[in-house]
Amino acid sequence: MATVTATVGHSGVSALLKNLRGHRAVGKLLLLAVVAAVIVPVLDSHWASGSWPGALTVDLSAPLGRASEWIIDNRDSHPLFLYFFGYVSSAVVLSVRAVYVVLLAAGWAGVTAVAALVAWRTAGVRLALGTAAAFLACGLLGMWVPTMQTLALMVVAVLASVLLGALLGLAAGLSDRTYRALRPVLDTMQVLPAFAYLLPVVLVFGIGVPAAVLATVVYAAPPMARLTALGLRDADAGVMEAVTSLGATARQRLLTARLPLARKELLLGLNQTIMMALSMAVIASVIGAGGLGDRVYQALASVDVGAALAAGIPIVLLAVVLDRVTGAAGERLGSDSGATAARWVYAAVSALAVALAGHLTGRLDWPASWTLSIAEPVNRVVDWMTNHLYSGVPYIGGTADWAGHFTTWVLDPVRDGLQWLPWWSVLLIVAALAWLIGTWRTALTAVLAMAAIGVLGVWKPSLDTLSQVLAAVAVTLVLGFATGIAAARSERVERLLRPVLDVFQTMPQFVYLIPVVALFGVGRAPAVAAAVVYALPAVVRITTQGLRAVDPAALESARSLGATGAQQLRQVQLPLARQSLLLAVNQGVVLVLAVVIIGGLVGGGALGYDVVFGLAQGDLATGLVAGAAIVCLGLMLDRVTQPTARTTKKGA
Amino acid sequence: MRLRTTSVMAGAAALLTLTGCGAVDMTKQASPFANARGAKSLTLSVQSWVGAQANVAVAQYLLEHELGYRVDTVQVDEVPAWDALSQGRVDAILEDWGHPDQEKRYVEDKKTIAPGGDLGVTGHIGWYVPTYFAKQHPDVTDWRNLDKYAGQMRTAESGGKGQLMDGSPSYVTNDKALVANLKLNYQVVFAGSEAAQITQMKQFAKEKKPFLTYWYSPQWLFKKVPMTEVKLPPYKEGCDADAAKVACAYPHTPLQKYLNADFAKSGGKAAAFLKKFKWTTEDQNEVSLMIANDKLSAQDAAKKWVDSHASTWRAWLS
Repeated sequence: MATVTATVGHSGVSALLKNLRGHRAVGKLLLLAVVAAVIVPVLDSHWASGSWPGALTVDLSAPLGRASEWIIDNRDSHPLFLYFFGYVSSAVVLSVRAVYVVLLAAGWAGVTAVAALVAWRTAGVRLALGTAAAFLACGLLGMWVPTMQTLALMVVAVLASVLLGALLGLAAGLSDRTYRALRPVLDTMQVLPAFAYLLPVVLVFGIGVPAAVLATVVYAAPPMARLTALGLRDADAGVMEAVTSLGATARQRLLTARLPLARKELLLGLNQTIMMALSMAVIASVIGAGGLGDRVYQALASVDVGAALAAGIPIVLLAVVLDRVTGAAGERLGSDSGATAARWVYAAVSALAVALAGHLTGRLDWPASWTLSIAEPVNRVVDWMTNHLYSGVPYIGGTADWAGHFTTWVLDPVRDGLQWLPWWSVLLIVAALAWLIGTWRTALTAVLAMAAIGVLGVWKPSLDTLSQVLAAVAVTLVLGFATGIAAARSERVERLLRPVLDVFQTMPQFVYLIPVVALFGVGRAPAVAAAVVYALPAVVRITTQGLRAVDPAALESARSLGATGAQQLRQVQLPLARQSLLLAVNQGVVLVLAVVIIGGLVGGGALGYDVVFGLAQGDLATGLVAGAAIVCLGLMLDRVTQPTARTTKKGA
Repeated sequence: MRLRTTSVMAGAAALLTLTGCGAVDMTKQASPFANARGAKSLTLSVQSWVGAQANVAVAQYLLEHELGYRVDTVQVDEVPAWDALSQGRVDAILEDWGHPDQEKRYVEDKKTIAPGGDLGVTGHIGWYVPTYFAKQHPDVTDWRNLDKYAGQMRTAESGGKGQLMDGSPSYVTNDKALVANLKLNYQVVFAGSEAAQITQMKQFAKEKKPFLTYWYSPQWLFKKVPMTEVKLPPYKEGCDADAAKVACAYPHTPLQKYLNADFAKSGGKAAAFLKKFKWTTEDQNEVSLMIANDKLSAQDAAKKWVDSHASTWRAWLS
C-alpha cells in the first residue's frame, strides 16, 4: 500500500497524516483504557455490572403522567391555552382551510395548470409536462381530494418552516454567538427520527391538523435555518469589502450583497425543507393529519397493499416533482435574466383562464369515471408473492424461513450480547468508537446520551432497538457499498439506478411496512428489512459520489503503475473516498434508526413499540420516555459515526 | 431559548389584549377539511379494525345519500379518539369497547361527550386457537393445558416460550398480566398492528400450523380462518379492576356509541340518526367481509348492504 500511495504525489501527505492519526488513535485508546481501569472497579463495587443499575434511574412516568392529565383537564380553561396555544392552533386551522378552499375552488384543471406553468417558468418545458402528468396521475388514481388536503397542509407547513428557518438562519448568519448556540441544536434536530417529534405536540395540541402542521414545521425548519446561515456566512469577502467601502449601510449590505450572494443556498434550503415537510406530513397521519398519509394508514389497517400504494404513488409523484422543480430553479438562477415579468403575467393569465374554464363547465371535482383502480391487480401480485415465496420453496427456503433464521442467528445473538454486556462497558465502547472517528466532544456527547438512556430506565429496550439498528446497518452497508462501487465504475449502471433511487428515497416509510410483513411475517426481521430498503438509496448515492469524486490524476497514476481494477479500488479509491464512506455510514445509521422505530407497527418491539403504544393508548408518559430515549439513541449513533468534518446533506 | 419563548408568549398575550381579541378555545376547533363546500357535514372516527369501518361505511352512506350530509372520516386510535371527540374534532364514535377512565373524565366530569346508546353488537375478547388444531388436540381449549403445547407454538420472536400473538398496542388487552398471573410458559408478542396480525394468522392457517392469538368477535376473519376460543378462568364482575392482577377472562361487552355533547344537542337529523343506528353482529359481519375479504371499497360494500336491508335502516331515519 505504501508504495502506491506514496508515489501518487500529493496523496503522500494524506498517507503521512493517516500514519499520525494511527498513532493518535492508539494514544486515545490507551488513555481510555487507563480511565476505565481506574473507574470500572469503583462502578462495579458500587452498582453491580450487568444491566443498567436500578439505583441510577429516574422514574419520570409519574410526573409526566400528571403533566399530561393536567393538560387535558386545563386545555379548555387555562389562560396559557386560551390566549396562546389556542391562537396558534386556530391560525393553523384557518390558514390550512384557506389554502384548501382555494385549491378546491381552482378545480383540478386549474391546479394542474397553475402547477405546470410555475414549473415551466422556473424549470423549463420538460418539467412542466412532468408536473402536469403527475397531477393528472393523482386524479387518475382517485386521490384528488386527499392530494389537495396534503398539499394544503404542506403549503402552510412549508411557508411557516421557511419563515421560521430563514429568521433563525438570518440571526445565525449575522451573529457569531447565535451561530455557535444554534448550530449544535440544528445539527441534532436533523438526525432525530420523525416519530420522536409527534408526542410532545400531541400532548399540547391533541390529535389533529394543528399538531400535525406544528410537528412538520419543527421537523422541516432546521435545514432552511442551516443553509441560510451557511449562505450568509460564506459570502465572498472581497465583494463584502467592496460593498462596505462604497459606504453601504448594514441593511443595504444585507439586502444588496449578502442575500443575493446566498441565493443558491437559500433555494437548496427551500428544496430540503419541502422534501422533509412532505415526508413528515405523511408520518403525521398517525396524529390525525388527514390527506394521503391517512389513506395509506387506513389501507394498512386492512392489509390492503394495493390501496396503500394508490395513495403512496401520489406522494412519490409530489415528492419527485417538488424536488426537481425547486432543484432546477436553483440551477437556472443567475443564467436566466430580464424580461421574465411579462412571461410571468402571460403564465398567470393563462392559468386563470384554465381555472375559470373549469369553473364555468362545472368540472371542479375530478370526474369519478376517470379513475383507474390499481388496488386489485397490485393485491393479486402480493397474494401471489405470499403464496409462492413465503415458505417451503425448494432448496433456498421461503422468505419466512430466512426471516426466522435472520432473527435466531443474527438479531437474537446481537441483542442478547448487547444486553449481556456490563453497562459500563457499553459506555466505554461508545466512547472509544466516537473518539476514534470524531473528537473528544462528539465522544462526550455520545457517552452522555447513552447514559441518559440508562437514567430514563429504558436500557433494555434501547439495546434491543440498537441491536436491530446494528444488524440493519450492517446489511445496508454491505449491499450499499457493493452497489455504490458498481455504479461508480460503470456509467450505465448508474443511469439505470438513478430513477430507482429517486423513487425509493421519497416513498413514505409506511408503504414499505406491509409488503415486508407479507414477505417476512411479523417481528423484528421485517422491521429490519424495511429499514434496509429505506436507507439503501442514500448509502448507494453517497458511496457513488464519493468514489466518483476521487482525483482522476491519482487513479491515472495508479493505472500507469499497472494496478489492476481491484487494486485501484482497494488501494486508491476507497482510501481517498474515506470521508464520503464515513458520511454514508452516518447517513445509513440515521435513516435506519428512523425506520426501525416505525417498525414498532409491525412487531419490531422495543422503543418503537413504546412510542406507538404511547400514541395509541394516550399514555404519553411511556411514549415520551421512549421518545426521549430515541432522541438519545439517535444522538449517540450520529456522534459515534460522525466524521470530523460534516458536510451538508439531504433527506434524513 | 426559554427567555425567548416567554417573551414571545408575553408579547403575543399583550398584542391580543390590545387588539381586544378574546380567548380562543382550541378544544372547539373543527378540522380544516370539514365543511369545505358549505354543505352540512360531520366527521366520524374510524377505528383501525374492519368492523368499525363497516359501521362507519353504512352510516356514511346513509347520511350522504338519504340525509344529504357530507361525511369526513378520520382514523384515530381508541383513546385519542375520546380526546378528539371531546374537542369536537370528530363528532361521533360508533363502536367503543369500554374505556371506564375516559368515560368518567369526559362523560361524567367534563360533560363534553354524550352517550349515544347501544350499537346492538356484543363484543368479546379472548384467546383463540385455530379450529383445525383444536380438533386434533381438544384439550388445548382449556388454559390449564396450554403449557403442554408451548413448544409447538414457539416462534423466532418468542424465545424459548410459546407465542401468544397480540395485535395493535391500541386495543384493550390484559394479556401480559394474564400470562404472568396464570404462570403460563408463553411470551406475548405484539404484531404492532391488526393488519400485521391478520397477515400472520392467514400465513399460519395456510400451512395448518398451530398458533395462539388474542382475538375478538365479531370479526370477519372467523369466516376465513375458523378459530376456537381457549377457556380462561371465568369472568366475574370486578375481577379485572386491578390491571396488574387480572387472572380472569375478558367480559362480554355491549358495544357503545358516543357523540360529542354539542353535536348531540344541535346535530339535527344526523345526530338523531346516529343515536338510532343499531344493527346486529350478522349485519356488521356481512359488510366487514365484503370490505376485508372481497376487497370492495367501504362505500360499495355499504351500498350493497343498504340495497338489501331497507327495513333495517328505514327505522333509523324516522
